[in-house]
Amino acid sequence: MAKQKKQAPNRKIVKKISLYILLIAVTLFMIGPFLWLLSTALKSGSENIFQYPPKLLPEEPTLSNFSTVMEVFPFWRYLFNSAVVAVLTVVLNVLFCSLAAYPLARMNFKGKNIIFVLIIATMMIPFQLLMIPVYIISLKLGLQNTYLGMVLPHVTTAFGVFLMRQAFMTVPKSLDESARMDGANSFQIWLRVLMPLVKPAMVTLTIFTFVSAWGDFLWPLIIVNDNDMYTLPLGLNMLSGTFTSDWRLIAAGAIISMIPIITIFLLLQRFFIGGAMKGAIKG
Amino acid sequence: MRNNKLTPYLFLLPGCIILGAFIFYPMLQAIWMSFTDYNMITDPSFVKFDNYTQLFQDDLFWKTLTNTLIYLVGVVPALVIAPIFLAVLVNQKLKGIAFFRSAYYIPVVTSLVVAGIAWDWVYKENGLLNYVLDLLNIISEPIPWLTSTQTALFAVMVVTVWKGLGYYMIIYLAGLQSIPDSLYEAADIDGANWWQKMIRITIPMLMPFVLIVTIMSSIAAMKVFEEIYVMTGGGPLHSSETLVFYIYTEAFDRLNMGYASAAGVILFLLTLVFSLINLKVMGKDNSE
Repeated sequence: MAKQKKQAPNRKIVKKISLYILLIAVTLFMIGPFLWLLSTALKSGSENIFQYPPKLLPEEPTLSNFSTVMEVFPFWRYLFNSAVVAVLTVVLNVLFCSLAAYPLARMNFKGKNIIFVLIIATMMIPFQLLMIPVYIISLKLGLQNTYLGMVLPHVTTAFGVFLMRQAFMTVPKSLDESARMDGANSFQIWLRVLMPLVKPAMVTLTIFTFVSAWGDFLWPLIIVNDNDMYTLPLGLNMLSGTFTSDWRLIAAGAIISMIPIITIFLLLQRFFIGGAMKGAIKG
Repeated sequence: MRNNKLTPYLFLLPGCIILGAFIFYPMLQAIWMSFTDYNMITDPSFVKFDNYTQLFQDDLFWKTLTNTLIYLVGVVPALVIAPIFLAVLVNQKLKGIAFFRSAYYIPVVTSLVVAGIAWDWVYKENGLLNYVLDLLNIISEPIPWLTSTQTALFAVMVVTVWKGLGYYMIIYLAGLQSIPDSLYEAADIDGANWWQKMIRITIPMLMPFVLIVTIMSSIAAMKVFEEIYVMTGGGPLHSSETLVFYIYTEAFDRLNMGYASAAGVILFLLTLVFSLINLKVMGKDNSE
């Protein structure tokens, strides 16, 4: 501390300014590609987007690319599909994982350890191996081109069970016991006593599951071949395959499909970042 | 629901049905299928180790395996080291620092399809990257990043790193905030400079997090698919094709389900090493 006080105020300002320059340089690297895409999406048809050197800003900014792309890109349909898939995955995941975590955290029963080890062991199996048989099973169950088909393989994760179990274990046992004295059964204790006390872990699990379900590409690519059931990533992938030459439209489509998740992120960034930090410490 | 012996199993039932139906049963089926010839049309026929021997004789398999290992070796150190500095940077007490944290996290939440499109556009021959490198006098001729066999894999690796930086930065940030201030105060009294504090305090205290990030990024690198699919399609001339991409095309383009399963089993065995270390780390946290 003594040393810092001796620093001339000038040096402190220089340090601050160089930190900001560094922060801004990294920001350009992290969101530059998106800004460049946005600039392209705003360029009018009369501007050559392939010219060299590239023009960083549009000459006559226009929104016409966005209205054109909305005509060929069923954005609302894809957004609805993405939302259904993400919400269903999150709700079922939080429910199934916290149900399974409760006896693992609180009860003694035959096979407890082996069941816990088996659940955790599922983390070791890459989905990229399972996707082939899961595809065959899903076809047999009639799950192709359905929301359930996209959702079911992801509605219980070892990570979720582990996270919820850790959270339950931090709740004092005396709370369960006094509820039991009052005549509550196990299900009531789980629902009324424990669940309200593990909200932070539920938020973490929700965010994790939401981000991975929202961005999931490989599994929907396999199980869905009906355009009407496409999620945003699948729809956008098709758009960029269809309009390979028209980068204005591709750029506009990509920007539009970013808007929902970026909005959610900006509104809830505290939970996104807090959740990732907690996830890091817990597992 | 009385408190009888069945209660714990009832709680476990829904989750275990899902894990059984979509992980354990498929796992057994995948292993079994890897010993069969199966194309989804005719019934599978048992072919013993044929798929595996064929796999080891397939140059493309070795190529994709090599590419996957190159991916691992290139991406993992970048994702382990760079986010440490980012975390230190966004851990400064400066006005507006929360804005920068969020900005760095944006690539994490955007889908890989959007990210792939954005970078595809940056990588164009007349694109932004060549322009910037030209301005800085690093290159004299534009480089066709995604369409040259020399650079395609490397270019996609950059996107993987770029997309992961924010996430691992947050993990390290959690680590940084768990280091007691008193350590830095003591170092200040001893007259340590920034770099000494970094080497003597920050990095050693972050070691558990370095381990977590190493394992997580290794497992992710072994399974890379989306970036490749969206940006290069494995090309040109398979130069950016990875093992999972190979599995995907064998299974879903050529319907060689048995053969693809055998390649999947190899992938499983390769990731197993990392997974086992991961479990050990988790178990350690758990017992504390």
